[in-house]
Amino acid sequence: MTQAHPVATSKAPALPAPPLGRRLKRTMLRHPGIARLGVVAALFVLWEIAARYWVDPMFISPPSRVIGSLDAVFNTRGVPAALQITFWELAVAFAMSVAIGLVVGLAVGLSRFSNRTFMPIILLLYGTPQVTILPIFILYFGIGPASKIAFGVSHGIFPIIVTIVAGVQNIKPILMVSARSMGASRWQIFRWVIFPHMIPSFFAGMRLGMTGVLLGVLLAELYVSIAGIGYFTTLFTQNFDPTRLLGLISILAAMAIVLNEIVRRAEVYYGRWQHE
Amino acid sequence: MKAGRRDKAVSRLVQVGFLVGLLALWYLATTRWGVSRILLPNPVVVYHQFIDILSTGEFWPDLRVTLTELAVAFAISSTSGIALGYLISRSQYLIRVFEPLMAGIYSVPIILFLPLYVLFFGLGPASKIALGTTISFFPIVLSTIAGFGYVDRMYVVAARSMGASNFQLFRHVLLPAAMPVILTGLRMGFTVALLSILGSETIASLAGLGHKIVHLAEAMEMARMFAYIVFAVAIAATLNTLVSTLEARGRRS
Repeated sequence: MTQAHPVATSKAPALPAPPLGRRLKRTMLRHPGIARLGVVAALFVLWEIAARYWVDPMFISPPSRVIGSLDAVFNTRGVPAALQITFWELAVAFAMSVAIGLVVGLAVGLSRFSNRTFMPIILLLYGTPQVTILPIFILYFGIGPASKIAFGVSHGIFPIIVTIVAGVQNIKPILMVSARSMGASRWQIFRWVIFPHMIPSFFAGMRLGMTGVLLGVLLAELYVSIAGIGYFTTLFTQNFDPTRLLGLISILAAMAIVLNEIVRRAEVYYGRWQHE
Repeated sequence: MKAGRRDKAVSRLVQVGFLVGLLALWYLATTRWGVSRILLPNPVVVYHQFIDILSTGEFWPDLRVTLTELAVAFAISSTSGIALGYLISRSQYLIRVFEPLMAGIYSVPIILFLPLYVLFFGLGPASKIALGTTISFFPIVLSTIAGFGYVDRMYVVAARSMGASNFQLFRHVLLPAAMPVILTGLRMGFTVALLSILGSETIASLAGLGHKIVHLAEAMEMARMFAYIVFAVAIAATLNTLVSTLEARGRRS
């Protein structure tokens, strides 16, 4: 922070350096990212102060203690296994959503008849609050991982179908017509026209699907769980142990951010050819 | 033209056939193929239960709890989201500081905060309101920033040069330009608030539609539970349609 800002030195090399406060302000104005970090840091400091001096320690724990407890959370018997189970549920649910969503999306999107007939039904199902049927999922698939996976799939599959259908529909008809007039077979049209145009919407669908899968699996976990993270959030809540509860939530949030970021990067990477 | 109409009729027919077939399968599964009544209640019984729920008015207390939670949560998140979004959108600098921050938090599944909120606010309506507010706040604030923040500079400069006051600028330039985006954000916020409130009632609560469904599931009263699910889905569909209609109307005016 003591180093003078390059712009300040180049504009007024002879003048004495401006006071630290003004230099800090100037750096912040030039780099919103630094100010953003400052906001985050301020929130953490506020949280720390609130947790230490104002709020009952039964309900909230300062961030310093939460970070220190991450180790203890990992060492709680069953937590590593629970995280593993939850991660596995997410992975299986996501893979199934993508596979089924892709097949259904193509089947519905590639034919005008099935699009007109089945799309309203799919949109109707997409619009219903599936959380109301969560008890039925538990009833049919048990309280183990199967119900979480099924519920995750039920949340992840619809955004994927809808985006893939939209992607297939948005191909310019002229491309299809010209490919056909040049004598392309059905397979060739699919391989060289539809497939490349589908890739961006496929990855966009994957991102939305990941959001849905995370929501579905976590909802089902929180609802009832015998070995997953839902069991431990309930346990820590009932024991009034905010330190470990916040620690576990931070780990899960980090997991969600990483998973989201992976699919978002993939979307940007595979979508770039269209913008060139 | 004629062929188009016939195609449409065929689509409708297949749709109706699909739904009727599903109902027939459901009926046959329960009456002929001996699927346990605990797994799948008879659709006729579900229908009678549904009529019973409607005619006795038994749903009122739970519906009132859910709707109150929804109204309070949405009121808080829409006023705070729009106010904060407007303040942030007044400066390009603040947009660049806060928008990525909000978008980042928005990408975390906020349902994870539910155990925390239950710990803070207990099992009553407060924890549901808190979760619904948190979840619906982000789409509203982000769309408000997007709406007010990216108004074409030309319009603002033109209005200024014609001597518009701050209020006139806001009323006749900024607001009409930002309105469609904000309305979309409000609709999204409403939908996720409803979802998260039903969800948190399902997970941990004392009253409300979600709670009623779980309660009936635990009591193994499957037919009545199915009837309540139909009721809850119908309420959600009605509310979402209402909000979409309001959005479309607000866009037009």
